[in-house]
Order: sequence, then structure tokens, then C-alpha cells
Amino acid sequence: MSTTKIKTRINGKQIESEVEPRKLLVHFLREDLGLTGTHIGCDTSNCGACTVLVDGKAIKSCTMLAVQADGKEVTSIEGISKDDELHPLQKAFLEKHGLQCGYCTSGMILTSLWLLRKNKNPTEEEIRKSLSGNLCRCTGYQRIVESVMYGAQLMIEKEAEEHEMVMR
Amino acid sequence: MHPSSFEYFAPARMEEALSLLSKHSGEAKIMAGGQSLIPLLKLRIASFPYVVDISRIEGMDQIKEERGFLEIGALTKISELEDSNIIKDKYQILHEAATQIADPLVRNRGTVGGNISHADPSNDIPAVVIAMKAKLEVIGRKEKRTLNADSFITDSFSTALEEGEILSKILIPIPDTRSGGCYIKQKKSAGDFSIAAIAVQMTLGDDYKVRSAGIGLTSVAPKPTRAVKAEQYIEGKRVDNSVAKEISKIVVSESDPSTDFYGTAEFKKKILGRIAEDAINLSYERAMVK
Repeated sequence: MSTTKIKTRINGKQIESEVEPRKLLVHFLREDLGLTGTHIGCDTSNCGACTVLVDGKAIKSCTMLAVQADGKEVTSIEGISKDDELHPLQKAFLEKHGLQCGYCTSGMILTSLWLLRKNKNPTEEEIRKSLSGNLCRCTGYQRIVESVMYGAQLMIEKEAEEHEMVMR
Repeated sequence: MHPSSFEYFAPARMEEALSLLSKHSGEAKIMAGGQSLIPLLKLRIASFPYVVDISRIEGMDQIKEERGFLEIGALTKISELEDSNIIKDKYQILHEAATQIADPLVRNRGTVGGNISHADPSNDIPAVVIAMKAKLEVIGRKEKRTLNADSFITDSFSTALEEGEILSKILIPIPDTRSGGCYIKQKKSAGDFSIAAIAVQMTLGDDYKVRSAGIGLTSVAPKPTRAVKAEQYIEGKRVDNSVAKEISKIVVSESDPSTDFYGTAEFKKKILGRIAEDAINLSYERAMVK
């Protein structure tokens, strides 16, 4: 069994690892690094439960090899909150009941984060389109879409606050 | 699920990739975005002793208009095609196809070249490049050659690529004024493959008669199909509803769908007939105002 050396930046931390080329990114995150917030749902590239950001883009980590992440920056759900403070999108999902069983939630939040970073104020249709690769079998999506809408608002508010602090 | 073991290479240069493919001839598989290949490896429908990941080769992901062609590097991500302003403004047919491939997460990794060379009869880009009469540039160790889009895919999951060759770019002739096209895809659910899909591109003369047309079909034959007879029929005509109906009949006669999970052959023909009529009308409308 031959392994390959990879250097990745996971949630802001530089990590050097030895992986088998056949190891999927999702298994690398969960089993090697213990980051179990990234879920395996369908394991067949359909459901999006395993969504993470790679160099800022939302991708399915069950459909990418760990070796392909060499030299890249990966953000999983564990990497978006600061200390004990939830990310505005996490707060929004909590307040607007954007989840029931929670299995799809980390993927939903990361895909939404990718969307909101390129489009601060998306329409409902844009949100639904962006989330079309993330399946939820509980909510019927309505609450998820509402959460993302609300999260967008919270992110804009937070950005304005931070901007004001800098200006002072 | 875990793929079987393989040895992995990620060359940074084309020459290196070509020499790896030649060294491991017959045992190496090219991977670009991996959005079709990794699922196959995981399900162990396929396995290869060597995987050559070409995604780190530089300069193969550009979209630009040059010397009369829209040039798309084979490693261009589907999402980059979708977001490109040139494509949005001037190549609606490509934009429409790109935005309907799988889902946004897959499109963030899947590549244009992979969508073509994987040669799945349900992949969407092949019909579009057929309709646009594109040329595909292929690089091998000895030579670089150019193939017509409609002869690139030879059968289900089979291409005219020879052992050790890599698809490097797609060259689409820049359409003249009064050109228009569209891609219509009928599917069961979001993110799914199509029951049937059609790509139409046409250019009109000063008299608003169709000067040239290209028609490509997805999911309705063992390989993406060029509807040659329908193209010939439409040329020299102005399109109205009765012409569009007639063309759609010819398109259906050129299809060869099989009965499967997506429907019976008869059902697929019905769907194809309907979307063909819409696609002809819409393309003509778009060409009139351009």
C-alpha cells in the first residue's frame, strides 16, 4: 500500500499527512482528522451531506480524493464558527428551525455560505437553485430557504458592524 | 465506499502527463474533475492500476475569443462556463446547458473536457458542441490533431481518442450576426440526467432564411447524435410553426432511444418531438433579434 504526502490547510490550520491515493476527502476529514461534522449521506454523489468548501467553492467531499486537496484550503462546518460564537448562518438555521434531524445541515450551511459570499442578497429562487445538490428528507426545504434568507441578512448586519468597528 | 487501490500522479505539465500515459499505456486512466470517474471507482464499476490527474496542468482552463473561435480549455469547470460573461451574453446555448448539468456542487469540480470525453450518452456538452460545429483539439505524444465534434464520440463511453491522447481544447466558431441557439433538457427531477435533450444553433441570412443550422441530441441514442437530415431540411427556410413541427418529426426519426429507467423508447420519442419543436422555434426567435 503506497501513500502520498499531502499538505492542506484545514479550517485555517496547516496539516501534513500521508494518505492512500484512493482515500476520499470525506474519509480523510472524518477518520484521519476526526472532523465528523462532515456527514456521509448517500456516498454516491447525490445528497450533498458531505459538502465542504475547497478553495472557497462548495464541493462534495465524497467525490474528491484527499490527494486532490493537496495544496488547497478546506473549510468544514467546524471551521466557520469563531470560538464559542456561532456563524451568522448557524444562528439563522437555529432561530428559523432550518433543520429537523440535522443530518444534511452542515452541507446546507456550507453550500449557502458559498452562495452568500458571491451573492450577498440572493432571491429565493437563487437560494433554491444553489441548494439543488443538497437533499433534505425532513423539512421540505421551506425552513431551510427561510434560514438562508435570514442568514444573509445577519451576515450583512455583521459585516456592517465589523466595518463600523474598523472605522472607529 | 472505497475505490480499489491505484497509483496516483498529478503532473503539472502536459508533456509529463503524456509521458505517464505512454509509460503506463493500457493501464492508466485520465482524471480531470473526477465527477463521473470517482463515482465509478467507488462503486467499483471501474478500476485502474494508475490514475493520471490532469487537473493541475496549467493554462488549460481559459475561455477566450480568438482568431474567429471561442476557445474553451478542456479543464474549464462547468461552473466557470456558467459564470462566464462571454458565454452568458453570446452563447446562450452553452450557458443553458451548463446551468442544467447535475447540481452546483458537481459543477464546481466537473470539467467541460471531462463532460465530453467521458462520452456518457446522457452528458449535455457533447450535443452542444455538435450543434455548434465545434472542433476538438487533442494532444498526443507525437502530434496535435483536431477532430470534428460529431465524430469525437464513437459509441457509449467510447471516443476517437487514441491511447495516450488528451482532449485539450474546444474550438467553437464565433457565430455570425443573426445567430441564435438554445438547449432544452427534459428531466424527471432537479440534477438528474435527461429523458431527452436537444441543442439547436442556427444562423439566418439577410432574408431571414436559415443559412446554416446545427442540431445535437442527448440521451436518445447510444451516443450523442447529430440530426443531419433535420439540419438539411431547415436550411434555406424561414421557420414558422408548421416548419418547426415538420423538423421535429425528422429529428425524432433520427433518434434511436432505448427503454430504460427514464422511460420507454416511445415515451422518449414523444418528449424529444415536443422539445425539438420548442427548440427550433426558440432558436429562430433568438437568431432574428441578434
